[in-house]
Amino acid sequence: MGTLTEDVVQETVTEVDLSASSVRDLNAALHAEPEGSTAGYRVVHPEGKHSLAVGLNRPVTVTIDGHVGYYAAGMNQLATVEIDGNAGVGVAENMMSGTVLVHGDASQAAGATAHGGLLVVDGNAAARCGISMKGVDIVVGGNVGHMSGFMAQAGRLVVCGDAGDALGDSIYEARIYVKGTVKSLGADCVAKEMRPEHLDELTRLLEAAGRDDDPAAFTRYGSARTLYNFHVDNASAY
Amino acid sequence: MTDEFASRGLRESATFDRTTIAAIQHAARTGIYDIRGGGAKRKLPHFDDLVFLGASMSRYPLEGYRERCDTDVVLGARNARFPLHLSTPVTIAGMSFGALSGRAKEALGRGASEVGTSTTTGDGGMTDEERGHSKHLVYQYLPSRYGMNPDHLRAADAIEIVLGQGAKPGGGGMLLGQKITERVAGMRTLPVGVDQRSACRHPDWTGPDDLAIKIGEIREITDWEKPIYVKVGASRPYYDVKLAVKAGADVVVVDGMQGGTAATQDVFIEHVGIPTLAAIPEAVRALQEMGVHREVQLVVSGGIRNGADLAKCMALGADAVAIGTAALIALGDNDPALDAQYREIGSAAGFYDDWQAGRDPAGITTQDPELQKNFDPEVGGRKLANFLRVMTMEAQIIARACGKAHLQHLEPEDLVALSIEAAAMAKLPLAGTSWIPGQAL
Repeated sequence: MGTLTEDVVQETVTEVDLSASSVRDLNAALHAEPEGSTAGYRVVHPEGKHSLAVGLNRPVTVTIDGHVGYYAAGMNQLATVEIDGNAGVGVAENMMSGTVLVHGDASQAAGATAHGGLLVVDGNAAARCGISMKGVDIVVGGNVGHMSGFMAQAGRLVVCGDAGDALGDSIYEARIYVKGTVKSLGADCVAKEMRPEHLDELTRLLEAAGRDDDPAAFTRYGSARTLYNFHVDNASAY
Repeated sequence: MTDEFASRGLRESATFDRTTIAAIQHAARTGIYDIRGGGAKRKLPHFDDLVFLGASMSRYPLEGYRERCDTDVVLGARNARFPLHLSTPVTIAGMSFGALSGRAKEALGRGASEVGTSTTTGDGGMTDEERGHSKHLVYQYLPSRYGMNPDHLRAADAIEIVLGQGAKPGGGGMLLGQKITERVAGMRTLPVGVDQRSACRHPDWTGPDDLAIKIGEIREITDWEKPIYVKVGASRPYYDVKLAVKAGADVVVVDGMQGGTAATQDVFIEHVGIPTLAAIPEAVRALQEMGVHREVQLVVSGGIRNGADLAKCMALGADAVAIGTAALIALGDNDPALDAQYREIGSAAGFYDDWQAGRDPAGITTQDPELQKNFDPEVGGRKLANFLRVMTMEAQIIARACGKAHLQHLEPEDLVALSIEAAAMAKLPLAGTSWIPGQAL
């Protein structure tokens, strides 16, 4: 990639300076990595640009020094993307596998519709975190905004802070763990017993996210499953 | 039957006709509105209200079966490295696996590929049956994101971002639990037998400015190789088309209210959106004002049935059409030969629209493995190919009569309207006059 600057400090890491290279250059280089590549990339001067490191499908490692715009690490597969800043809308949206770490706050729709992998947000996540999640694990160190987990189908959402209004509205089989307060629960979302398997599951998730919160301090939420099949007597719930 | 009642002095109410009475009784009995598939059933201003002005003295016709009339179309050359080059401007509209059987998806691919056109996935994701048999496959990116997989984005030939559907602009979907087999549930990451709600809006953007960024993301993921379509249900096509183009769409799909659906509320199908005929001129006006007509292609769908409809859409300014319900009928749905089976489930051939129920005797709109055995995808694919050929040839016949050597050369001047309503909507003169309602003489 002629437009990219080879880093001479660490021979296995390619540095991409987005003040000199384009987002297209970055993504093209990442997509050109051969199958099974574990190459490392460091992206500097991201300056809130959109669609950084999207559509990766190799076990590469990308670290981004600064804030990113919309859809960073969108549809990630296998890669590890670490953002040393805040993330805009839809970080790790529709992720399939791999890991995305945000060492700051995330805007709305973090991890939206994601099918797998692990998304960690050290700070807060805004509204609709984990909306329609389909198997991803999301760990948020701070708070999440309203409608988080809306229509969440599968996977686990861990909130180490507080949750906003309508948590888990119309939730299916996803599980939500919240350490702090919940402003309100959405339709068909209820608090559930923390059984030993849930404590084990939560312990593993917190460990994977590098956190030392006490799993026993969390409450589990999930679907009451009363709205799984439409019945007119439930019409007032919608 | 009507004559018998009339002879007895009985007169049906125009307001409370038997269909209305039955609907009220159904609501009173069950407490739930009617959910069904198919498109609008009531009569709407349609392409039948337009006729072509074949050449006589002032225009010079081309010889049928001798002089060439080309039909190919290129979709999505605005930004994509690999636009779609189709042999005919009739494409297959998005229909979900789940709503349709895998065999039906295979047949759509077989039929479309035989004549060099594209098929489209639907809610539920991409199936091997469809990808394996479709030379050109458009992958729908839907609000529900059921089965959404970046590998499938890369395996597709074009990507269609669906914002709305003609049968239900602004509405989501509800695939009832009885059609949710293990395979369908697995593709959608939901338990077997649970109603599957398809969202009415995308979860990770909230307006046209966001859509531009979303299109940018998809282009980046697919390395700018594939055309990006944006599909809207026809309600405010002038504004929606402008915003779609501004957001970066290579192709805009406008689906009129006669468009079909696998399952939604009857009240939605019949009372939301505008007719396809009314939507086209507004969409074309938007493209022309932006200076991108023919650069951003317009695909029109919603009740397209034959080559005349195709030719009329082209003359009004579309670049291609998409067919859904007509394709299912061509495959064999509502076949009179299956009338007895349709009657067994309370319907009749030609009337069956309970596609949400999963009991389709034709084996097309079902996930029941036994019913699917009734459908042969090779035979269905051949029938569809025949139908697509007939549609194309019919349009060619009309185009030649209008003196056109390519379907895209058809123009509004080739048409007049038979009713004031159609004239006003299509912005064409009423036949035998130069009067276009709403425009100064």
